[in-house]
Amino acid sequence: MVLTFIVAIVTMGGLGFIFASALAVADKKLKVVEDLRIAEVNEILPNANCGACGNAGCYDFAVKVVQGKVDPSKCTVGGQDVIDEVSRILGVEAGSSTKMVARVLCRGGNAEAAQKENAAYYGPQSCSVQALVGGGDKLCFDGCLGGGECVDACQFNAMYMNDNGLPVVIEELCTGCGLCAKACPRNIIEIHPVDRTLFVFCKNHDDPKTSKKVCKAACIACGICARKSDGGVVMLDNLAVINYSKLDISKIPLDKCSTKAIDFVHADVQITEEKIPAEVS
Amino acid sequence: MELFLIFISAALVNNFVLAYFLGICPFIGVSNKISSAFSMGLATTFVMTITAIVSWLLFNLILVPYNLEFLQIPSFILVIASLVQFVEMFIKKVSQPLYRALGIFLPLITTNCAILGLALFASMREYTFIESIIFGVGAGVGFILALVLMAGIREELELADVPKAFQGAPITLIVAGILALAFMGFAGMI
Repeated sequence: MVLTFIVAIVTMGGLGFIFASALAVADKKLKVVEDLRIAEVNEILPNANCGACGNAGCYDFAVKVVQGKVDPSKCTVGGQDVIDEVSRILGVEAGSSTKMVARVLCRGGNAEAAQKENAAYYGPQSCSVQALVGGGDKLCFDGCLGGGECVDACQFNAMYMNDNGLPVVIEELCTGCGLCAKACPRNIIEIHPVDRTLFVFCKNHDDPKTSKKVCKAACIACGICARKSDGGVVMLDNLAVINYSKLDISKIPLDKCSTKAIDFVHADVQITEEKIPAEVS
Repeated sequence: MELFLIFISAALVNNFVLAYFLGICPFIGVSNKISSAFSMGLATTFVMTITAIVSWLLFNLILVPYNLEFLQIPSFILVIASLVQFVEMFIKKVSQPLYRALGIFLPLITTNCAILGLALFASMREYTFIESIIFGVGAGVGFILALVLMAGIREELELADVPKAFQGAPITLIVAGILALAFMGFAGMI
């Protein structure tokens, strides 16, 4: 009995020892030299795998940063802290990246946009479906559909739908990754540097008469802003478009715009700030 | 003939996944793409074959002569764990993308009951040395077959119009059940 006991212990111990030695040898022979900095950088990155940097996820970005193929500042999502930290690990000059945020360039909410009278939409309330069939309830064929697909796409809880049926971007939380812009079938969300504040909040290409009819907040293509702007604003297909490289804000007659289609972005922030639901603010 | 029967039995009639329901975890987990399913199958087959060899030697040359049959399970687990560690190191060395594609399922081969089941079946049925090797290879081939079949179906499923309630895991389990049902057709052949 005691003998069996001892033999059992010796056998198992021996087996363990043999396998352990075999593995130790294999470990030496098959060792993969991996740059330790890759794991370190990967640890710091936001790990949202959003793809805003143009790489296939955060790990891929970490590998390429360590290899020197991409600049640490390409990760806009992490912000300056992450860029500084990554640069510190790699010992390279910290590049700076301007914080980018998403801007919703449509102010035609349920209150402003005219609704279809004879063709009400009863289909699924998802933007992409509405864009495919019928185009939702609004008469405007370029504006926000109000389905909230951009809000669903946001991985950082930086968006919500306000009471007027329009998405609102919470600037502090927005990382500028662009997932919402991709999700929007009407392309009304654009990614801009945070210090860019003047926008044309309309995408409607209808002629002046029609656009006046479809939405109270539409650009009615009067062209006043373009005429006075010295090239800072141009009219393209019945829509004012800002040319940011030539823009001189002081020359734009903002008070002349009857629909407030060209406006500062913070005008709407003031209105909606109190409406931010408690759980996201 | 006996060897051929053992092979067919392990690969088709008594397929480890679809007839014994062993190793379901990688069967569901790594069957998204045919390529990674096939690699996973190959890795498992390799572990199965070596396990069959080593566990036979261990059982018949050490455990039986010293009356230590009661150590069967812990010693087999020791063998399997070491082998999986080795395979993991090997794959990491040879193919980084494959290593990342297999992910957590590679170390999980350690606790894959199909492999422990194989070792226990082989000793329970008192196979000879050659027979247990054939049994190991057959079981591995059966495992590859099940995984690749499943991955092929799931690649098609990606494009299918599945009702919302069945999307993802539910439809996968239903398909696995139907696949197992199809393999019931082999029952009684041997």
